[in-house]
Amino acid sequence: MTTKNNNWQRETDAEGIVWLTIDLPGSSTNTLNREVLEELDGILAELEAQRPTGLVIQSAKSNFIVGADIKEFTRIETMEQARELIHRGQAVVNRLENLRCPTVALIHGFCLGGGLELALGCDYRVADDDQDTRLGLPEVRLGIHPGFGGVARLPRLVGATAAMDMMLTGRSLSARAASKIGLVDYAVPRRHLQRAARQLIKTQPPKRRAGRLSTLGDTALLRPLLARVLRKKVAARARPEHYPAPYALIDIWSEYGTDKPAVLEAEEQSVARLIVGDTARNLVRVFFLQERLKSLGDKKAFTPRRIHVIGGGVMGGDIAAWCALRGLQVTVQDRSDVHLARVMERAAKLFRKKLRKPRLIQQALDRLMPDRRGEGLAQADVVIEAIFENVEAKQNLYREIEPRMKPGALLATNTSSIPLQVLGEALSDPKRLVGLHFFNPVAKMQLVEIVTTADTNAEAATQAAAFTRHIDRLPLPVNSSPGFLVNRVLMPYLLEAVTLEAEGLAPKVIDAEALRFGMPMGPILLADTVGLDICLSVAEILSKELGVEVPARLRELVKAGRLGKKSGHGFYRYDKQGKPLGAKPGRGEYCPPDTQDRLISRLLNEALACLREGVVADADLLDAGIIFGTGFAPFRGGPMKYIEQTGREKLAAKMAELHKKYGDRFQADESWLPAPGRAE
Amino acid sequence: MTDEDKGTNNRRTTQPRRVVHTVYVVDGARSPFLKARGKPGPFNAANLAVAAGRSLLVRQPFEPGDIDEVILGCVMPGPDEANIARVSALRLGISQETPAWTVQRNCASGMQALDSAAQSIAHGRANLVLAGGVEAMSHAPVLLAEPMVAWLGEWYKAKGLGARARALAGLRPAYLKPVIALLRGLTDPVVGLSMGQTAEILAHRFGITREQMDAYAMRSHQRLAQAQDAGYLQEIETLFDTTGHYFDADDGLRRDTSMASLSKLKPVFDRPFGNVTAGNSAQVTDGAAMLLLASEQAVKKWDLPVLGRIVDSQWAGLDPAQMGLGPVHAMTPLMKRHKLKLDGIDAWEINEAFAAQVLANIEAWKDYHYCRKELHTAAAMGELDQARLNVDGGGVSLGHPVGASGARIVLHLLHVLERMGARRGMASLCIGGGQGGAMLLERE
Repeated sequence: MTTKNNNWQRETDAEGIVWLTIDLPGSSTNTLNREVLEELDGILAELEAQRPTGLVIQSAKSNFIVGADIKEFTRIETMEQARELIHRGQAVVNRLENLRCPTVALIHGFCLGGGLELALGCDYRVADDDQDTRLGLPEVRLGIHPGFGGVARLPRLVGATAAMDMMLTGRSLSARAASKIGLVDYAVPRRHLQRAARQLIKTQPPKRRAGRLSTLGDTALLRPLLARVLRKKVAARARPEHYPAPYALIDIWSEYGTDKPAVLEAEEQSVARLIVGDTARNLVRVFFLQERLKSLGDKKAFTPRRIHVIGGGVMGGDIAAWCALRGLQVTVQDRSDVHLARVMERAAKLFRKKLRKPRLIQQALDRLMPDRRGEGLAQADVVIEAIFENVEAKQNLYREIEPRMKPGALLATNTSSIPLQVLGEALSDPKRLVGLHFFNPVAKMQLVEIVTTADTNAEAATQAAAFTRHIDRLPLPVNSSPGFLVNRVLMPYLLEAVTLEAEGLAPKVIDAEALRFGMPMGPILLADTVGLDICLSVAEILSKELGVEVPARLRELVKAGRLGKKSGHGFYRYDKQGKPLGAKPGRGEYCPPDTQDRLISRLLNEALACLREGVVADADLLDAGIIFGTGFAPFRGGPMKYIEQTGREKLAAKMAELHKKYGDRFQADESWLPAPGRAE
Repeated sequence: MTDEDKGTNNRRTTQPRRVVHTVYVVDGARSPFLKARGKPGPFNAANLAVAAGRSLLVRQPFEPGDIDEVILGCVMPGPDEANIARVSALRLGISQETPAWTVQRNCASGMQALDSAAQSIAHGRANLVLAGGVEAMSHAPVLLAEPMVAWLGEWYKAKGLGARARALAGLRPAYLKPVIALLRGLTDPVVGLSMGQTAEILAHRFGITREQMDAYAMRSHQRLAQAQDAGYLQEIETLFDTTGHYFDADDGLRRDTSMASLSKLKPVFDRPFGNVTAGNSAQVTDGAAMLLLASEQAVKKWDLPVLGRIVDSQWAGLDPAQMGLGPVHAMTPLMKRHKLKLDGIDAWEINEAFAAQVLANIEAWKDYHYCRKELHTAAAMGELDQARLNVDGGGVSLGHPVGASGARIVLHLLHVLERMGARRGMASLCIGGGQGGAMLLERE
């Protein structure tokens, strides 16, 4: 017997087991939107009367359920609306949980957020042990926390420590890891999923519960203690004024523990409050900005297999390693075996960290080939030049490689400062050259600037964006103007930090101000990490093109051989592990009240200039670029969003004040005050 | 069997073989040979084969999937490398549909792989074959003695304290002595002699002195040093490990070797009066050599450069106690079949298992009686010109990774012929267990 709703397909087999399969029409993934929940509610109501032998929930798509429908979040305007939505979701999961027959969730692919919370409402969970299976509660990344009963159910199932870790970090688990902590009853190969479900329904073993040891932290006596530890751990990564959700989550658990009705009630209230707050709204926006960047590269448009990277420095080597990690066949060319050996060492470290299993690590290493003679060039679908920043050297290289490249292969440069127009002079077909500007460290920074000129071949740009998506990075189209977007916006902010330091402010004080704003890393530490020589060279190019003044202090340090982290001494000193010494802000250090304004204003000012000049197409892309390229406080939604939320006039006034006090580097960009009649 | 019968037998093998398709060697690459230094080296056998193979494949105009067959010689693949040819082929990205097999003929396994590949092409079964040899001797397993394995079986069966205690009481310290598979592999189980002892026997038989052996060894090192300095070893591809190190040359070379230093070494096989020392024997080494063999059709289709042609090869058997003379036993019928005299060969590669053994082959060919009686020739073959033999060093200076050497000498010989602008070369090895292998190569 088969019944079909819009989103759910119901089938009862000969043994009386109901197989409920979710399959959202016209979508590649399953989400728990309102309609899906309503339908499920109706089905569950029927099953209450029908009393089947058992119920199995599964998915017809390559993923189970990826979570709530985030688009619905953007339509929520009031707390009441939010509460109603959450309440409905909770009620459906409760209904599932109270069903009197045994229930099993058959999980493969992503089982995230509301999807996992739905699975938690089942008596049993069976997961496909394939590496594509991921289970997690990533709500905290959107500025909220689980609201469909996750906070109430997960700690009881896997213990408070494991549960809080999952919910506070938002990290997802493999099927094996989930089985280890008791989140799923079995992690088995796909071919055994249904057999496992049938057996569970037939034998109805006792439901999983956290072991005594792991529930120890869940007693009313110990909860406040553990909560304090958790708050401290969270505080190391996020401030309560920036990211309230993890703190709210700890509060709920600490106060109500395993009192399910109370936790459900608190979940509902807390999520409703968070979801209408600025942080969640901005993070949801960032989520959609990320989706937009993803949509800018069409993987189907270009399917490269072989990548040839020229230049075995840190950037070239890391780009090569990343491509190999993502499954591409890579050759990395450098004249020096010493450099290539270092490339392989760093790559092996990356592969070990990301892949863990020796077999997978070996496969990745096999895909990455050091290539001193550049023999991979002729067969490569994408050639990425990442040699040192020297026009002549790059041009000579292009002259040499262009005739040897496969017809139709993409030629890209990782230059961070040289205009494509200049580099292209060396090519017989300058239109084929695009910039693929990666950021350091490649494995962490998701953004890749796709640099083009007005003349660039449209196909090359399409290929570059597609390639970027194939290696799971975010493409941002930018114009070939000095510094492109990210470096240009970042540099005045870094230089202002250097100026502040030269004025006598301690580096850690400056960095603390940036962290207080919500930056992931202070500008002084960032400059040290990038390398002061590199900062200086980018600054000098920008100074030549855009008149940005370069503080003498930066030149002094570079001249003295203090290059930052890599030389063990820049603004900070570094220990052997590369950790900065004395970077922890102390109490009571003097900090002029306009320090943060000076740092941030210069960044915002440059961002506005970039937008006005059309370095990127629109404000959303600018925000996306700055967030994914620099880590700019995501909860603030990006520079443009920040200006909008803080108030343009207010910030412009601040700008004027700084201009008066500190001179022309605070000259407000003409676009600060919108032209009359221009729609914002 | 009388000598007369043997002669008949021999004459039968000298009938020209019907070769349907010409076999070309189009390219090759090898790893540097890394001397074993008492512990497992930085690369296992499959890693060596993959490193050499991928450098070779990346510069080819065809896709790895266009290869029809992969054949590797390897004497002792590691426990995770059963059918190492298949493991390597898949890791190299060669199509799953391309069959791969591993051959073992002891020290000539690499040459056997080439011969098998050549036959596939000659018979028209394949157009492109990746063939070669690999050995990671430093990774040779160390095994538990049989009594220990038997004891472990009992131990696993023993349940309960009493049974365990009884089992424990049965354990003898002698069981714990490990079995070094490498040493076992280098000992002939039939005649009970180590390979070094067979070299001592040859030295005794042909009156080769310690000085001659040491002088030969020194020359091998000098020639390798010259070749390295002159950049003659272009077939070597740098190896990279995962801890920031690289290896770009055969590291067994001792530039400071002298007669004085060699004469100080003690005999290792026939103690205390023997003459074969670590200094005048091949080194225990890790390495891989890979070649691409192609039919005429493949050469045309992909416009491949031709390094040379495999004309013919020959295998021979002899007394295991004198296995070192395998080369003359294999080369003689091959020369006869192609009506060649010694001066018809422009360059020779005879694998240096032992200095004494290479010298014994030269002596054997000079010896009228040996040639008549053992090689069934009418006269002595003559004196091989050592100026054309192993011109860039050999096993004594750069090592002898048993499975790889046969492929290495063929590859290098082709490069030597190319450099000399010469036409014909002969590569040969002695084979533990009493065999010899030889391969005749030509360049146009």
